[in-house]
Amino acid sequence: MLSTRPADPVGEGRALEALRRWASRYGPHAAKDGTDGLIVDTSGVPHLFGGEADLLEDLSARLERARIESNSAIAETRGAAWALARRGGGVIPEGGLLASLGPMPVSALRIGPEIAEGLTRLGLHRIADLTSVPRAPMARRFGAELLRRLDQALGAQAEPVAAEPDPPQFAVRMTLPEPIGLTADVMGLLDRLLIRLCDKLASAQRGARAVRLELRRVDRSAAVIEVGLARAMRDPARISALFRKGVDEVDAGFGIDGMRLSATVTEPLAPEQIGNGKARQEDELSDLISRIGNRLGFDAVQRFLPASSRIPERSFLTVPAAYAAPEPFPSGRRPRRPVTLFPPEPLAGVSGNPPTRFSWRRMGFTTLRAQGPERITPEWWFDDPTWRSGVRDYWRIETREGPRLWLFRTPQAASGFGDWNAQGVFL
Amino acid sequence: MRILHDRSAVVDGDAFQLLKGRVHEVEGRGRIGFALFQAARSAGPIFWIVLGHDRDRPMPCALPEGVAERMHLVETRNEIDLLWTVEETLRALPVALVIAAPEKPISLTAGRRLQLAAEAGGTTGLMLIHEGRGSNAAETRWSCDPLPGPQDSTRHRWSLNKNKKGTTGTHDVNWNGTTAAVHLVAQAGERHQPEEPPG
Repeated sequence: MLSTRPADPVGEGRALEALRRWASRYGPHAAKDGTDGLIVDTSGVPHLFGGEADLLEDLSARLERARIESNSAIAETRGAAWALARRGGGVIPEGGLLASLGPMPVSALRIGPEIAEGLTRLGLHRIADLTSVPRAPMARRFGAELLRRLDQALGAQAEPVAAEPDPPQFAVRMTLPEPIGLTADVMGLLDRLLIRLCDKLASAQRGARAVRLELRRVDRSAAVIEVGLARAMRDPARISALFRKGVDEVDAGFGIDGMRLSATVTEPLAPEQIGNGKARQEDELSDLISRIGNRLGFDAVQRFLPASSRIPERSFLTVPAAYAAPEPFPSGRRPRRPVTLFPPEPLAGVSGNPPTRFSWRRMGFTTLRAQGPERITPEWWFDDPTWRSGVRDYWRIETREGPRLWLFRTPQAASGFGDWNAQGVFL
Repeated sequence: MRILHDRSAVVDGDAFQLLKGRVHEVEGRGRIGFALFQAARSAGPIFWIVLGHDRDRPMPCALPEGVAERMHLVETRNEIDLLWTVEETLRALPVALVIAAPEKPISLTAGRRLQLAAEAGGTTGLMLIHEGRGSNAAETRWSCDPLPGPQDSTRHRWSLNKNKKGTTGTHDVNWNGTTAAVHLVAQAGERHQPEEPPG
């Protein structure tokens, strides 16, 4: 049976990038070459592996173990290595460029198919043929690209491996000679790792939003502790305090002999002047939100933001405090609204319109004074299931028992009259 | 032992000033109004801690001016998380006022822990409790109910039922949430004390 899957260029690119990072073990300059190739500048490296052939063997053995099919070649020039890797692989010994590349077809030169076809039509089938014809007419006919590729393959023109800079990795690790198991020891090492991590963050002007600590036990299992931060920060002492509870709860097993600390989510964080009283207060507040967020979840700590809507439930936004800055609410004249709001609760035993007698939450009330109605129309551009019953007439009812309630009726509802609901309590 | 200086520094003439660094309790149907009154008088971040299934939530658009943007609403899953959150927020220095609505009675141990946390952080705590579910550790206990009043008035009866360091008393006030000050309503002459003997 044939199984098909859609192509995933993003995933493939990520896999190739991971492979590129791994390939830098064969040379400091490792770069991606197209979408399916890697190029490593191995100058001065092969003797560490016992020679060029042994290096290739090591490479293919490791890739095979990872179940990655590969072809590889080593040559003096990048062009020659490219050609050979796609035609069997192996090693071109020093000085043997022309001898090895000569018999190859011209398409091995990293040129476009139309140039290769044109060359074939002229009877220039192999690379060796190109070296013997005059260069000027060739350049006129096929452009400078062909000669550049030929020179690059044969070493007449330099072509460095341009390894892209690694994105900053905010991770530090420590391996211990002897396993440890006490909370105090782990915290001590964590503090040392945090200083290094925060230095890294500071040099990149970034702050961590989530930090992950991996504790590797002697038996190769690992315990992971993750903490979130209410604000981007890179202060070792404050992050360390958040880890204390998690470290306390970890089962050390036969001992911990390795630690890895990484900032999994980071945000830009410019340097700030310290010693400012207001900033310190904000720091303490964000520490508090971090502490609560790490126990209850960061969604549990909410903050209100103003919104422009007449619908009572949508006249404000509730957002996680860790991800939004406070915004002032408009002051001045505003419609009279109850101080507490709850989902509509149907009234029972209603008599009169507006009700003169009703019961709500198992308490009986008699109306003293009624103000209203204030008609609020649903927003047709939102489909809110609770507002499907149409317009609502809101009344402010002062009761003889004391409470001042916000009641509403839905005149358009199918059930007709009598469906009164309470939705809020005034001061 | 540390002596808290501000304990005795109750402002004279301001009956509604809650002692800083202590936890207070308020019960009755008007408890949320009283909590908002205290929120309007405080300066600094306010934490309002509720249980996830509690339906009564403050409505930011109607709160006294300046309260909504300072307020943080914390939703907790259960009673233990709620008490833990209250303790953490009380212990935090920058927080001005912590309002919490527990459902179960607060045990003496829990109440005492909250008092210690409030002392450490210098934060005022206000627990919105159901009738008779308070803790003996509370500094003061208020009972607040809305009262029916004449047209355009928002009357409340705020009575102080328990006070560890002062007198108790009942006040009828008019407070509609626009300012941080209240208008005391003259008591209609119903005597609570026996009449002074003549002469």
